Amino acid sequence: MSIIKQEKSRKKRGSPSHDGSGWSRRQVLKAGAAAGVVTMLTSRKSLAQSLPPIPTQPPDCTPQPTNSPATTPFVSPLPIPPVAVPTILSPFPTLQADTANGEAARANHQDWFQFFPFVQYDIQIQPTLHQFDPAIPPTYCWGYNGIYPGPTFLNVYGVPIVVRFYNNLPVNNIGFGTNTHTTHLHNGHTASESDGFAGDFWSPGLFKDHHYPNVYAGFNEFPPIGDPLEAQHTYWYHDHRHSFTATNNYRGLNGMYLIYDAVDTGFEFPGQGPQALRLPGPYGIYDIPLNFTDKLFCADGQMFATAPDTVPAGDKFIVNGVIQPYFNVQTRKYRFRFLNSGPARIWTFNLSDNNGNPQPMTVVTTDGNLLPSPVEVISTSSDPTLQGLTVYVSQRYDVIIDFTNATPGTTWYLTNVAAQFVGNAPEPEPAPGVNIGNVVMAFNVTGAPPFPDESQVPSVLTTLPNISTPLANLFATRVWNFNFDVIGTEGDPANGTGKVFNVNGLTFDPNRPDAQIQQASAETWLIRNRFPGTGWTHPVHIHLEEGRVLDRRNITVNPNTGVATITNHRVPPLEQGRRDVYPIVPNDEVLIFLQFRDRFGKYMIHCHNLGHEDNLMLVRWDVTTGPSSTVTSPVYSDGTPNTGNGQVNSGAQPNITPAMTTLPDNFNLNPPGTSQLDRPSLTGSKKGVRA
Amino acid sequence: MNRRELLTCHLPDKSRPAASLGPRYYTNAVFHTHEGKRVRFYDDLIKGKISIINFMFASCDKYCPRSIACLAKLQDLLGDRLGRDMFMYSFTLKPDMDTPEVLAAYAKGNGARRGWYFLTGDEYDLTSIRFKLFRLDDPLVDFSVDVHASMLRIINDNNSQWTSWVLPDPPRLIREVISWVEPTKPFAERVRENAAAQVEIDRESAVIAPKWAAYKRAHGWRESTTPRQNSEGTKRLKELLAVRSKQQASLRRAASIL
Repeated sequence: MSIIKQEKSRKKRGSPSHDGSGWSRRQVLKAGAAAGVVTMLTSRKSLAQSLPPIPTQPPDCTPQPTNSPATTPFVSPLPIPPVAVPTILSPFPTLQADTANGEAARANHQDWFQFFPFVQYDIQIQPTLHQFDPAIPPTYCWGYNGIYPGPTFLNVYGVPIVVRFYNNLPVNNIGFGTNTHTTHLHNGHTASESDGFAGDFWSPGLFKDHHYPNVYAGFNEFPPIGDPLEAQHTYWYHDHRHSFTATNNYRGLNGMYLIYDAVDTGFEFPGQGPQALRLPGPYGIYDIPLNFTDKLFCADGQMFATAPDTVPAGDKFIVNGVIQPYFNVQTRKYRFRFLNSGPARIWTFNLSDNNGNPQPMTVVTTDGNLLPSPVEVISTSSDPTLQGLTVYVSQRYDVIIDFTNATPGTTWYLTNVAAQFVGNAPEPEPAPGVNIGNVVMAFNVTGAPPFPDESQVPSVLTTLPNISTPLANLFATRVWNFNFDVIGTEGDPANGTGKVFNVNGLTFDPNRPDAQIQQASAETWLIRNRFPGTGWTHPVHIHLEEGRVLDRRNITVNPNTGVATITNHRVPPLEQGRRDVYPIVPNDEVLIFLQFRDRFGKYMIHCHNLGHEDNLMLVRWDVTTGPSSTVTSPVYSDGTPNTGNGQVNSGAQPNITPAMTTLPDNFNLNPPGTSQLDRPSLTGSKKGVRA
Repeated sequence: MNRRELLTCHLPDKSRPAASLGPRYYTNAVFHTHEGKRVRFYDDLIKGKISIINFMFASCDKYCPRSIACLAKLQDLLGDRLGRDMFMYSFTLKPDMDTPEVLAAYAKGNGARRGWYFLTGDEYDLTSIRFKLFRLDDPLVDFSVDVHASMLRIINDNNSQWTSWVLPDPPRLIREVISWVEPTKPFAERVRENAAAQVEIDRESAVIAPKWAAYKRAHGWRESTTPRQNSEGTKRLKELLAVRSKQQASLRRAASIL
């Protein structure tokens, strides 16, 4: 066990890093230097030295504060996360898990030699001190490479990379969050063993190589790197350790990951070829990531939280790690990449100028996928879905904001108009106008740009892939009910004893696949939040491939008669492109089209409200050689039978219906009179309306 | 809140772990065990222990029996650690019905061993700790006593680590969940466990990977290749380009007419 020896010798030398989670590879590097690999050493060493020191962990503050300390808005500039710097990994990444050198257990990389990663990154997951505001003392956080938000990966389609995630979290961790970790690239077309599956976490002192081939989906049919129409440009990576995702993300474990190609090049200058969109760029100057979150601070500057599933609603709006920052803009176009990194808040953004007049935001991508045409969001829009940019947890929107006509010296404001009970559906703000407590960030207009604005927003951005062939060959429609409900037939509908977050009557077990799907097949999935009794919105995320929303409707069921009324039946403009997060507000159901290509192994569908996710609202499904399964898992993985809860569509019951391409108006898997309608528990409440 | 807490919660207490949230968070509300003993919530139940907490009521005849049966099996998995550093607490949701005597009979009926306590007390105290342990930020859920019989909270006071699970679930899973709040094992032990996990994965892969390879071969997909001209991809890009230029031309035409 060579790594143990290294670990021991490091301890003897009194290395400053954490117990059991140190720099054992530095010694390997020194050996490498002796062998004459000078460039490797310098690049590696300089990177290592740039990491911030590891602070000692303070105890959690107690009791729960009612408010964070007072802060002054717009005193700190918006930080731009630095770009991740490639390195040469040592020991060199391998096809098989290099457990002898401290790599965490995993299956062999799929398609490793087909997409061999010459570009390599070394990421240390470690504690750090982060200043969220001048008025708040430095906060103990966790960060990728010790920074929050993590470094931004800039990639090009067709250039595979490997990222070594080295877990350097404290062994003697105290308080919320756990020191075991896994990273998910949301929503990379990544092989299962690099996907950061929620159950595949690794402990401090170990690392894992995640292989990100940066290919389009469908690379088997469109060799070698896939169908360019499946391009996705804005990704984010975050901790996905199940049962602790909310707290580990709250600690700061997330960052952005961008992929460019010949269409979205990241640069705006002309002469890049006719296919280039020339959206505002480059990164960090006119292409700005905005990572939105909210936190609750104690007077000593520490974040407050206890359990992963009860991370409190924050009262501080944070963008890129700073409370209510300002950003200096020139009178030209900018591309902002909005990301809601959770844990639970749903944001609805509006933009207004210095006079309080609404200003438009032009959405060009949804979840990183180019829309066929740009969509304008403004509070005066006639379409209610476009009166504010609603960003559910983990959704991304690339937004072009044009400051060309702004008056230099004035300030524009980005406001959150969703006064909401966190995790529940947003509500309109009670009073109109710009309330300073609602302002998320400010744009200070400084003056004309030094160079003319050569960026453009073409009226046609992309064409969606033609799905008529797979749509004609669908396997079936698979139904996923996202509930907060009794599970098991022992549940007493009258008393409602024992309700949990569940999907199809089951909670997550990392060892139990609830659906097997044949590789290279296509299905439609019906995702529903239709059972009475919850006012929660579930932003449902599906790993592996992006989907297409075929239909969405809102249904009101009269609890007395059981008669269902369809109140809305349309796909909103922002869902007409490709998506990977499908929010379902209470009584919503959404029909999506999905393909399962290129990869084998385990993936997930889950609610991306991080608290719900940690309450086991996840499902493991596997891509296999077939045939596709037609029921949700009838047994728990230890053989205990899952008897369902009497719902027609849960548990051991089939959750498959004949393939549908749009929702028929009379579609109802639960005929009137079944248990879901007989449950009077919370149906009479107005919770779905007012939380 | 109990008056007793006012006396104790602000006093510095050397005996409690530095990382603990302490009585200021947990409170020292007084409860009665099924053995008829008076206990303070933080000082007697939480301090320095790993606590496995759920809510139930004795007359819950449909749902709770399976949950309690699951906890009864969990007792055996905890072995001699139950009652030493791990404790199981089942709080009642219906204190007016569940007197210590009722709970004592219930504990006996379910074979509760030393270290598994059934507790009752003042309804206000029970509600307030339920809020601290199982808050879902939704008043209708948080106030309802009926929905809580399936939630399991696991707290290690020594490092202030919390986690949760649902009941009933396989006791094997719950035992693993409890291990997540325990102190991290020594590095050598972690390396050994990692190697064992790799052996397990390799065993599974030996079965699955050839199947995957055969499936790919059957579909005519290459398993590995040298990069070559992205002919299909280029074709798609050209198509996209043609569509875009056509649409833009038509838009320009429309604009010129207007």
